[in-house]
Amino acid sequence: MPKSKSAYSIPTKREKSDTYIFVVWVDNEAGVLARVVGLFSGRGYNIESLAVAEVDAVKNISRITIVTTGTPQVIDQIKLQLAKLVPVHKVAEFKREDKNVIFKEMALFKITGNKKKMEKCLSACKKFDLVVLDETKTSKVIQITALRREIDKISKKLKPWGLISASRTGAVAMTRGAKIFN
Amino acid sequence: MPKLYTGAEIVFKCLEDQKVEHIFGYPGGAVLPIYDELKNHTSIKHILVRHEQGAGHAAEGYARSSGKPGVVLVTSGPGATNVVTALTDAYMDSVPLVCISGQVPTHLIGTDAFQECDTTGITRPCTKHNWLVKDINDLSEIMHEAFKVATTGRPGPVLVDIPKDIQFAKTKYKKPKKEKKLNGKSNNKFSQKQIDQLIDLLKNAKKPVIYSGGGVINSGPKASDALREFVELTGFPITSTLQGLGAYPGDDNQFLGMLGMHGTYEANNAMHDCDLLINIGARFDDRITGKIDEFSPNSKKVHIDIDPSSINKIIKVDLAIVGDVTKVIGKVNKTILKKKNGHNKSNKSNIAKWWEQIQKWRGKDSLNFVNSNDSIKPQHAVQRLYELTKDKDTYVTTEVGQHQMWAAQHYKFNKPNRWMTSGGLGTMGYGLPAAVGVQIAHPEKLVVDIAGEASVLMTMQEMSTAVQYNLPIKIFILNNQYMGMVRQWQELLHEKNYSESYSEALPDFLKMAEAYGCKGIKAENPSELDEKIQEMIDYKGPVIFDCHVDPNENCFPMIPSGKPHNQMILGPNDQEENKIKGKGKALV
Repeated sequence: MPKSKSAYSIPTKREKSDTYIFVVWVDNEAGVLARVVGLFSGRGYNIESLAVAEVDAVKNISRITIVTTGTPQVIDQIKLQLAKLVPVHKVAEFKREDKNVIFKEMALFKITGNKKKMEKCLSACKKFDLVVLDETKTSKVIQITALRREIDKISKKLKPWGLISASRTGAVAMTRGAKIFN
Repeated sequence: MPKLYTGAEIVFKCLEDQKVEHIFGYPGGAVLPIYDELKNHTSIKHILVRHEQGAGHAAEGYARSSGKPGVVLVTSGPGATNVVTALTDAYMDSVPLVCISGQVPTHLIGTDAFQECDTTGITRPCTKHNWLVKDINDLSEIMHEAFKVATTGRPGPVLVDIPKDIQFAKTKYKKPKKEKKLNGKSNNKFSQKQIDQLIDLLKNAKKPVIYSGGGVINSGPKASDALREFVELTGFPITSTLQGLGAYPGDDNQFLGMLGMHGTYEANNAMHDCDLLINIGARFDDRITGKIDEFSPNSKKVHIDIDPSSINKIIKVDLAIVGDVTKVIGKVNKTILKKKNGHNKSNKSNIAKWWEQIQKWRGKDSLNFVNSNDSIKPQHAVQRLYELTKDKDTYVTTEVGQHQMWAAQHYKFNKPNRWMTSGGLGTMGYGLPAAVGVQIAHPEKLVVDIAGEASVLMTMQEMSTAVQYNLPIKIFILNNQYMGMVRQWQELLHEKNYSESYSEALPDFLKMAEAYGCKGIKAENPSELDEKIQEMIDYKGPVIFDCHVDPNENCFPMIPSGKPHNQMILGPNDQEENKIKGKGKALV
């Protein structure tokens, strides 16, 4: 082991990181997103995607969905640190592989080119709840909903066929069945 | 029609209802309406500091020595940014502070107005919570909630940013509501079952050790009483973190001294070799644990803490009990007494061997140092200060560095709330303003800041505050002309390249004392030390004591970086021994 010149300890072996989805219910007030995001950046946690919107206008509650990666210990810390924030009401977290949870992302694609290429694009996207939002002779704007990695894959595929602009949301999540997060 | 109050009046009504007696602050444009209102509230005394950082640290000293939240009042822009260090310090060491800052009028926010800054943005990561008051009707509620957030659960700093137009606006005043739920953030989540599990662990332990921390102090004097009872009932050895000193009597035989990087040999070895480790209100800080993988490798670990996020953050534990120390230990003590059923039989015999081992470690006398007749050794100076002040219920603050560790090692505290030091953030310049705050809270008590000459210069301006309010604080400077701890690390780890750690052109502290209008005392010789310290204690007024100490002294024992607890470097006597065996070099 090399001699350390630091007053701090040397990092030791790291556990395996996994992808987790956090769902956080917060008061919809000024600065609340900055508090949540600041917690992640300040403590060195990673944000893969983020989605936030008000879900209860009467109680003034927003729901934030954050996809992150970390070791089990880090994930545990994220949960406990989030729960400490004053405007946070509750925090739920689950692994991406969790079969009891659905999560979805939406993407808007703008495609240009000849008819043949655009048809190719549409048929490739068919299985992702394809909606055509706008069309001209030379362009189409389409909407799909799918998993993150599916969107990654399809956008790569569409590039040579005329995909010129993509806009994507973060993941949102919901449990299967009648049960809700608690 | 109920009476309407201005925002400034509401601020004071809230402070009165929160039973605030002192605020530490500095006026400026954006808080003038609040300062204007001060004269109408005689129960609240304002202490004018010389720099906003000083206000923050003074409020910390006030809070830590009294158990009440410290209140700070500063202006916008530079006023707020100057207090950031103190807020961060309070956040790291869990000190309840309520900071009220002025802000430019609402319509100017975001326009880069004069003395505008994004105060809530800047202080978000260093407060438990903060508020920008945009509507006068929210002011009373926010103020009351601020006090609640600062003082409940794991205490910490909060900030309320009040734009100037809100300070002028008028509305009705709302009294504090009883028991407002803070999003269900309850503090005591433990069950009797967990207590019973702990009792089982206690019963079977052969090599137990209790490791207590600042949480015991924060929980109030009753927690210290409960801890003492617990230690007596179990007969277990106890060690303490820097922040926990005083919760258990420093001169008691069951106390092993402080643990960690500059802790005692017996405390650190006990931590390493134990089979049961009971952490009460501490957070497994990296100055405590040393190398994580080799931290206390063979023990069952119990963690009692009010903050759930402290559990398993650094060290995985076998039993976690989330709750207030007073409540948890009180319950544990009750259960122990009940189970004993009147028979006073414990497992003290089980741990007799363990105590024998601890006595062997103690035999190393790891805090020893080679005393001198020619120069004052800093350790000796702290020991003499302790001997001459121990019968006085003395309050001690420190700056940060070698002197801080020597104070922690050689000054023995017997009561909680008597020791105020910046542990988490390690803020040089903390001690002098903290002493100001302590003296405000305890006007009749002896308050000593054990300081280093480098640290104390960072906030020296607060001597002016001490003189203004005739606060008889004693600034006991261990003057070695170096940033001692920096020099020590450079000596041990950077081949004695003393890069920028020597302070040339230090001021003459006697003349400085004179300039501030307080007393200056200088000691250069061990033979005059006692007499000079006595002179300092007897003087009724603030004193700057310039104690010239051996500039080459290092702080031992120490755990070198990346090493576990059982591989400490001991003092010069032991190093000499090791050199003969050819092992000396490997240790540094």
